Amino acid sequence: MTGELQFRDVTIGYDRHPAVHHLNGVIAAGSLLAVVGPNGAGKSTLFKGIAGALPLLSGSIDRGGALARDIAYLPQVAEIDRGFPIGVYDMVAMGLWKHTGLFGGIGATSRARIREAIAAVGLTGFEQRAIATLSGGQMQRVLFARLLLQDARTILLDEPFNAIDSKTAADLLALVRRWHGEKRTVLAALHDIDVVREHFPQTLLLAREPVAWGQTADVLTPQNLLKARQMCEAFDEEAAPCTAPLAG
Amino acid sequence: MHEHAHEIAGAISDEAFRRSLAAIVILALSAPPVGVFLMLRRMSLIGDAMSHAILPGAAIGYLVSGLSVVAMTIGGLAAGLLIAVLAGLVARATELKEDASFAVFLLVSLALGVVLVTANGMNAEDLMHFLFGETAAAVDNDKLLMIAGNATISTLVLAAIYRPLVLDCVDPNFLRSVSGAGVVAHLAFLVLLVVNLISGFHALGTLLGVGMMIIPATVARFWTRDITTMIAVAVVAGLIAGVAGLWASAAAELPVGAGVTLAAGLLYLASIVFGPVGGVLWKLFPGRHLEA
Repeated sequence: MTGELQFRDVTIGYDRHPAVHHLNGVIAAGSLLAVVGPNGAGKSTLFKGIAGALPLLSGSIDRGGALARDIAYLPQVAEIDRGFPIGVYDMVAMGLWKHTGLFGGIGATSRARIREAIAAVGLTGFEQRAIATLSGGQMQRVLFARLLLQDARTILLDEPFNAIDSKTAADLLALVRRWHGEKRTVLAALHDIDVVREHFPQTLLLAREPVAWGQTADVLTPQNLLKARQMCEAFDEEAAPCTAPLAG
Repeated sequence: MHEHAHEIAGAISDEAFRRSLAAIVILALSAPPVGVFLMLRRMSLIGDAMSHAILPGAAIGYLVSGLSVVAMTIGGLAAGLLIAVLAGLVARATELKEDASFAVFLLVSLALGVVLVTANGMNAEDLMHFLFGETAAAVDNDKLLMIAGNATISTLVLAAIYRPLVLDCVDPNFLRSVSGAGVVAHLAFLVLLVVNLISGFHALGTLLGVGMMIIPATVARFWTRDITTMIAVAVVAGLIAGVAGLWASAAAELPVGAGVTLAAGLLYLASIVFGPVGGVLWKLFPGRHLEA
């Protein structure tokens, strides 16, 4: 049973500028962890690094024996081409990539699983709808259905409840709780502090470097939040190469 | 009407016309699907520009062995692939966006082509053929085989990279998180682009060869919101434009490339007006709104 994530001196970024800087720590298997921080704190970058969509600048991530590809990743909706002519059914079916690969057929069992996943997010009847015609909340439901099919031990959600109504958010949170009940590791980048306090037992407050990490109540103190907010958003163009010793 | 039918029958019995017809039909089967992805990846103008990039390679082929199909194909293919792969890699490996990266390589390549063609005094008639497509008589067996071979490769490879290509368009981060096939699919796609441009260049001329790729794809955009249907519509549009354009240009003794591209342009106009997905008529007269 995997699901544990261990960070050893992880630095991830763009053009040598770290967006996540020297991150060390362990996320235990089965954790339900909120990743909180101001814009530019490195939340998305961290998730891309864990999911293998972005190479690490230094350090290593131990995924408890699992590969980056075994981790289910929900990108921000903004990074999806909503104009692409593809239907709900096909979009959800991509969650079966691990089974089908480039050429594998989608048999009766798979079709049943796709229908189940679509039903689980309340989109039955929308199978043939083009994603261009969906509302923001419906699109997020589609992406959650795809996550359901991926059936991963570790799930990364990048801003899953942004710009969706409270009913949709509640439905999707129920899925998150279900995953937590199934002892899956779930990480979610979030802005809404109230949602975090109510539903996420653990929190990582990130401002390029971890500001605080642990039980949500201990992490989300006014002092910590202020400290995170003071993080300078801009990259220092004149920054010298980092001199911290590389972990062995 | 009877007279027209007679005329068409007469044209079809002509062997050169039949070869041209075969070339256009084959091209209509292989190029529009590539054009659909080109359009969806917002690379339509890159396709256009790529057709210029083939020029120096084809020119070198021409210099080495005259108007030989094989030499010009190899030259064009080499130049096109080199530029496509270099530009693609630069875009993937650096911060430079794909369109800018292509623009640089293409301009340099085109300039090189102009130098090569001018310095070696290609005569005006050859240059016209080269740029705008020869009249229907000029598709010989070599060209036809080349076009058919390219179409076979193109269709098979497109089928092989279809899934990662679609996913790389819709949700590239998700694809990167489940598979490394995105880069391979993208580079293979650029190769298909070049291969189809070479076919287009043989059938329709350098400048207009890309027409059979891009215009049917944009036509299809007005008729459906489903990628599979879109590819089918694009192929049908390509067939209609190809056959009608070839017949019209044979009747009026015009370059084939111009005839086919104009026919495709007419289909595009009709689609803008009548297409159910974003067409003008449907926007002006949408009908009474539905029940909530």
